[in-house]
Amino acid sequence: MATDVLGAPVKRVEDPRFISGKGRYLDDIKLPGMAHLAILRSPYAHANIRSIDTSAAKAAPGVVAVITGADIPYNPLPMAWPAGGASGIQNNVNTPRALATDSVKWTGEGVAAVVAETAAQAVDALELIQVEWEPLPAVTDAEKALADGAPQLHENAPNNRVFDWQVGDRAATDAAFAGAEVVVSQRLVNHRLIPNPMEVRGDIGWYNPGTDEYTIWMSSQTPHIQRLLLAAFVMGVPEQKIRCISPDVGGAFGSKIYCYADMALSLFASRLVGGRPVKWVETRRESFGSTIHGRDHITYVDVAATRQGEVKGLRVRTLANLGGRLSTIGPGIPTTLYGRILSGPYKIPAVHCEVTGVYTNTTFVDAYRGAGRPEATYVVERAMDLVADELGIDPAEVRRRNFLPPDAFPYDNPSGLLTAVNGSKLYIDSGNYEPAMDKALAMAGYADMAARKAEARARGKLLGVGLSTYIEVCGVAPSKWIGAVGEGWGAAMWESSNIKVHLTGKVVVTMGTQPQGQGHETTFAQIVSHELGVPMEDIVVQHSDTQGTPFGYGSYGSRTSNVGTGAAVKAAAKIRDKARRYAAHMLEANVDDIEVEGAEYRVKGSPDKKKTLQEIAFALDLAFDTPPGMEPYLDETAYHDTDNCTFPFGTHIAVVEVDEETGNTELVRYVAVDDVGKKINPMIVDGQLHGGIAQGVGQALWEEAVYDDDGQLLSGSLLDYALPRAEWLPSFELDETVTPSPVNPLGVKGVGEAGCIASTAAVANAVNDALSPLGIRHLDMPFTAQKVWSAIQSAKGGQA
Amino acid sequence: MIPAAFEYTRASSLQDALGILASDEGAKVIAGGQSLLPLMKLRLAQPARLVDIGRLAELRGVRRLDDGRLSVGALTTYAELADSPAVRYGVVADALPGIGDVQVRNRGTVGGAVAHADPASDLPAALLALDAEVVVQSAAGSRTVPVDGFFQGAFTTALARDEILAAVILPAPRADAGSAYASLEQRASGYPIAGVAAVVVLGAGGLIEWAGVGVTGVSDHPYRAREVEAALVGTTGSPEAVAAAAALVVGDREVNADIHAGREYRAAMAVVHARRAIGAALARVR
Ligand SMILES: Cc1cc2nc3c(=O)[nH]c(=O)nc-3n(C[C@H](O)[C@H](O)[C@H](O)COP(=O)(O)OP(=O)(O)OC[C@H]3O[C@@H](n4cnc5c(N)ncnc54)[C@H](O)[C@@H]3O)c2cc1C
Repeated sequence: MATDVLGAPVKRVEDPRFISGKGRYLDDIKLPGMAHLAILRSPYAHANIRSIDTSAAKAAPGVVAVITGADIPYNPLPMAWPAGGASGIQNNVNTPRALATDSVKWTGEGVAAVVAETAAQAVDALELIQVEWEPLPAVTDAEKALADGAPQLHENAPNNRVFDWQVGDRAATDAAFAGAEVVVSQRLVNHRLIPNPMEVRGDIGWYNPGTDEYTIWMSSQTPHIQRLLLAAFVMGVPEQKIRCISPDVGGAFGSKIYCYADMALSLFASRLVGGRPVKWVETRRESFGSTIHGRDHITYVDVAATRQGEVKGLRVRTLANLGGRLSTIGPGIPTTLYGRILSGPYKIPAVHCEVTGVYTNTTFVDAYRGAGRPEATYVVERAMDLVADELGIDPAEVRRRNFLPPDAFPYDNPSGLLTAVNGSKLYIDSGNYEPAMDKALAMAGYADMAARKAEARARGKLLGVGLSTYIEVCGVAPSKWIGAVGEGWGAAMWESSNIKVHLTGKVVVTMGTQPQGQGHETTFAQIVSHELGVPMEDIVVQHSDTQGTPFGYGSYGSRTSNVGTGAAVKAAAKIRDKARRYAAHMLEANVDDIEVEGAEYRVKGSPDKKKTLQEIAFALDLAFDTPPGMEPYLDETAYHDTDNCTFPFGTHIAVVEVDEETGNTELVRYVAVDDVGKKINPMIVDGQLHGGIAQGVGQALWEEAVYDDDGQLLSGSLLDYALPRAEWLPSFELDETVTPSPVNPLGVKGVGEAGCIASTAAVANAVNDALSPLGIRHLDMPFTAQKVWSAIQSAKGGQA
Repeated sequence: MIPAAFEYTRASSLQDALGILASDEGAKVIAGGQSLLPLMKLRLAQPARLVDIGRLAELRGVRRLDDGRLSVGALTTYAELADSPAVRYGVVADALPGIGDVQVRNRGTVGGAVAHADPASDLPAALLALDAEVVVQSAAGSRTVPVDGFFQGAFTTALARDEILAAVILPAPRADAGSAYASLEQRASGYPIAGVAAVVVLGAGGLIEWAGVGVTGVSDHPYRAREVEAALVGTTGSPEAVAAAAALVVGDREVNADIHAGREYRAAMAVVHARRAIGAALARVR
């Protein structure tokens, strides 16, 4: 019998190919007759296009076609997730076209394209395209964009407003503030980030003139959704005529969820050139300006509390910078995935949140690892520390006083934070926050921090410690919530799995989910091995091709382990069920008398009367002898819509040291206790946490998208945009508590984003703690050396 | 990220390379390619012809000269330098590990670093502090010039278009000297926001007899801070003396500014790191 691998730290089956250069990423695909596409991008953040002269480019060596926006009959890209709400919020929607036609709204928007025999010829010819520009004044900051007299981006969006959205109970919140013993207020900037997966994006579009069908290879997290969006919204081509394939995807972090202009463009180009496949792969620099950005909130937060530090009200007003046009689900992120979960793990009786979406002359903004939840966590975790600071109570103690108690679950947030417009409610299903915090405090030696601070001070360093007691909301599901029209993106959010047991006994699992490096081929094999008793080596997990995989909504929002696993478990149950019925037939027994252990199906009380799954699969596949009504073959598909999100939680503690002379900040220790429920593969869980923590630390300390006033991206390459490096990070100290999720059949919750959701706030709190002896109450991220130094200088100047 | 089209010639000897440079106005030398190729991929540099000197053994390696000085061939990579007697100079040993990453140190050459004259290149600061010399070759012959004065502006040196940097000469190591390099890294690029290299020679009575201070990242080209050196000489190198000397490191030079460091901050960091480098150099010789 196969050993049970569920919960075992099995090495990832995909890694040998990934780490030995044998992965097959988009740019590894070379098709016969393939041409190459390059895109001319706007050098201006805001400009009208007066004319485009492509004649010289058309005559350049190797050029097959030159395309401008006017050539392309497609619709603008869809915006699938408006800011929703009970009162029918108006969204002033403007989305990109395959190529801009009249005007550009940010540097990097595509305005023309060249198809050539080689990529080099395509790039050479771009330089020959003459665009007559009419530059317009630009605005890049959300607050400035809303101000009177600001440059206006879109006629249908007065004052550059995309939407005004709110959630919670305004009257109750006002009342909480009216009677508050203490009110703490702060302006918080959650700055803009630029996702940098190792593999940049790209597409190969291929129009088959013989069948009038389109195939597109795309580095995407969502091939099924892209087929739907391209067909139904952009190209006007019947859905069955489009096939989307995601090969190996080298990281995404959310940036590959969306419908991008280049997808439509590469398909259009292929058709235009008579059906030659057309490849486009972005350069890293292109990626910086033309693939989505993340975060970019300006938030005003007010906290009402008692003198004992119990938080009674939370009032949040956020400006969400969404860029020059809207990305596929841009408005959904700072609303549903942010405003509705602001109260975190705390029992805050009254919450009100207003969010204004804003157009600016910047790259569009959409979900980036954590998507709304890191922003929400940052607000409430900074708020807790500010309350602690105001009242002189230890930050851990303030959290303790506000945690939801373990008997509060299922918890229905009184301000209706998890209520969808259709009335369906989600509950925070489970949680036990104090033990996780206590464990982390003990690991970090929290009680000794005063001595450690004194020791560091003697070395010229300011030591700070910061907590983040987060909750995560995993799933981007269920359909009744995220799928509800008016709240979510008006589409279902279930997942799918097909399992086939071939006559050799080998198992093919086909998923609707779409990995980008998370190790799905390993974890789903572990699950199916556990469910069917088949050794992992006999199972292959396939995905990523709309031809041959059941429809799925893709992988993002930590949804695969919540929703996807449910589908795989169900499909395996269907297999087991049919195998059992057929075993009864083979063994001439009553089906109720067949017991299943692993891959063995035996007659109760007669242990030698048994069949293995392989024997059953063999016989059912040959189908010489099938009982009436039973179909041949073990082949089952299951669809799973979860009842609820899952709610991982935990406590992260960061310890930083600030060099007082230079402002340079080092993360010296990092402790994390996470409760992600049951683990399918603890090694993969640790890997997700490590990467997530590093990414969140990157935001707090180093990463920042910087625009100048004209809308030029000054941090537009890795020379100026600082991604975290391994050598800058301490060895993370991880531990766990395990509260199985009651929602998921395996008790798992999901972990793709948890690290990133928690760590930014932990580090931000730590740096602010380090600076507090100088009288600095709050400094915004990222804590670059110069910024910290300047704050120290002015604090010292202020004291003198 | 695709360079404009160019011709490529692999030089068979130094003379061959010099001949091509002399006869072809559009020709440019490529060594490790770590600076030139990124510029070409961004199309900021579009040389008509690359003359690849990468395989010329005569330009490679570190040799001890008869008088104890070290001759570092232009094609010596950072990795080779780190594995040579040159790391006896604390200032070299300190600077090397912070330059780029393993790949960059395996490909990038000493000659390339010096000839490229990036305003924030690390190694030039060390060479300035050591009062090193540069051997320059052309079809007409060879000349040796001090490093001080070689860097003339951003990406501009005393090299003529048809000259090749053949070697860098480091002074003979001495027991009464200590040296160190201290820098603050710009986190994205890894180049220094401000980097200061210091060499001190202690004379009779423990007084500083000679000092060399090289500064990079701060101004349009790496420079030798003679004001700091002068302030140090004759002192005991007390913390006060070092601090007072370090305060002179920028002088009235025009200071670089970018999104990572404005003028005020960069100048302040030059002072902090001058103090740290000089202090560390003194600690090594005391
Ligand atoms: C990712 C990355 C990180 C880096 N980080 C750092 C850092 O932290 N600190 C730092 O100081 N540097 C850094 N560098 C720069 C690196 O040090 C230089 O690129 C390298 O030393 C240049 O040497 P090369 O042989 O590659 O020069 P090439 O790129 O081949 O040439 C550079 C220039 O010098 C000229 N040249 C080269 N050799 C000669 C010669 N013998 N005679 C005349 N002209 C010549 C070329 O014509 C060209 O103009 C980094 C580079 C990269 C790619």
